[in-house]
Amino acid sequence: MAVLTASEPEATRSAATPWRNRAVDALIALLLPAALLLLWWTASDRGWLAEQILPHPIYVYQTLRDMIASGDLFYHIGVSLQRVLIGFCIGAGFGLVLGIAMGLSERVEDYVKPLFLAFAQIPTLGWIPLLMLLVGIGETLKIIVITKGALVPMTLNTFAGIRNVSPRYLEVARALRFSRWQTLRLVILPASIPFVFTGIRYGLTHAWTSLVGVELLASSEGLGYLLVWGRQMFWLDTVIIAMLAIGLIGFIMDGGLNRTERLIQRWKRNDI
Amino acid sequence: MAQTTSRAVRIRRGMTLPLLLLVLWEVSNRTGLVDPRFLPSLESVALTAKRELLGNDLIFDLLSSLARNLGGFLVGAVLGIAFATVLAMSPLAGRLVMPTFNGFKQISLLAWIPLISVWFGFGEQAKIVFVALACFIPVVLNTYDGMREAPKDLLEVGQALQFNARQRFLRIYLPSATPAIATGIHLGLIYSWLATVGAEYFLAVGPGIGGLVIAGRERFDMAMVMVGVVILGLVGFSLNRLAAVLESHLLRWRPPRTA
Repeated sequence: MAVLTASEPEATRSAATPWRNRAVDALIALLLPAALLLLWWTASDRGWLAEQILPHPIYVYQTLRDMIASGDLFYHIGVSLQRVLIGFCIGAGFGLVLGIAMGLSERVEDYVKPLFLAFAQIPTLGWIPLLMLLVGIGETLKIIVITKGALVPMTLNTFAGIRNVSPRYLEVARALRFSRWQTLRLVILPASIPFVFTGIRYGLTHAWTSLVGVELLASSEGLGYLLVWGRQMFWLDTVIIAMLAIGLIGFIMDGGLNRTERLIQRWKRNDI
Repeated sequence: MAQTTSRAVRIRRGMTLPLLLLVLWEVSNRTGLVDPRFLPSLESVALTAKRELLGNDLIFDLLSSLARNLGGFLVGAVLGIAFATVLAMSPLAGRLVMPTFNGFKQISLLAWIPLISVWFGFGEQAKIVFVALACFIPVVLNTYDGMREAPKDLLEVGQALQFNARQRFLRIYLPSATPAIATGIHLGLIYSWLATVGAEYFLAVGPGIGGLVIAGRERFDMAMVMVGVVILGLVGFSLNRLAAVLESHLLRWRPPRTA
């Protein structure tokens, strides 16, 4: 099954190296952004870059301060986060139930999985116009789209997690004459937790991406709206700030879950 | 998992729900249970498909989308592999650039569209740039990781044999990174299709399946939207299958992975 795979930045190296090496690494990592900023700054100062192509960094900074002071930025962030949170909770909840049901029962899998895969095949972006006709462009649309974004990876990963429980564990459970319920509670569910976590992480990432998509197409508030609006008014400073906010929030969500996941994996490794 | 049920039974089970849904769809339509504007009859969807196919250049739309997809994909994949190779083979370049790259990749792809439309307009060029960007990111990440994981002993052998950069690339880095590159390209192909759809939605104008869907929505023509959406799904599915087949064919020399 195509459980979503993507590569991770290596993290194992830094664990063993002393803090001095890490400081050097961080310094090196900061060189390029600093150089880019400097380049951007001089290019704007000297007028190599038209204001409509890339506004002056100072100008972006001022807009950022204004937007923070007026509460605008945090208002839009709040709207977006709320949508993602609601949609993600619904999608992940359903995905967990569906994934467990398909994982435990071959019958459920046979009945549901082909249809589910067919639905999952159509990109979230593809559903948006169809849903717009069905439910309009209100809040419902956004929640449904985000729910779908979270549902698919959650279901597939949970399913894979349950199916990948090591046969050896199941043998032990059989030898100990566990009941079905005991096998489920003491063997299958704990063993599939790392997969579920992967599902949560991808689910949240997809929910966030879907949010940006749906807000770009139909919204009057939120970070995606800020992008469209800034674009229409040719306020590129607003566009850049919205992009940075989207990246930063995505980074924080992903990073937080990544850390939690690693904690869980450590438990898993010790277990074996 | 033991295969307890026969294939025929599994297929029958798999067909049950979709068929049930189709029957439900048709019945609710015949009995006037739902507004046909929201759920057009199967017949009218088929007729729309026929109309678009014969009268309105559906094939041309599809080919335009595919050409866009392929163009962006090729640009993104080639640039991505080259970029990642440079970064992976020079340790300093990797440490210098990768953190910034990882930062940029956090920005959701679609969020680039407004800026791209400012820089490149709404035409074909902007779409290709966007699709290429979508493909570039997973290709770079996977190629870079694959090359960084080139076996240390092979690198030592290379050092002993005084390989130059080209030899190191061709004999050590490229072969050991092939599976990772294949994964990257596979992901790149999927992402570039998503990006093609996105580009056609937001950078309107011009033929394409995405444009067809958007036009259907604007005309409140549900049948047309459905035809478009199904095609989007089918193309995505086919590309995915194609990538999987190519991947296993290209990697057939490798012993099966024990994951």
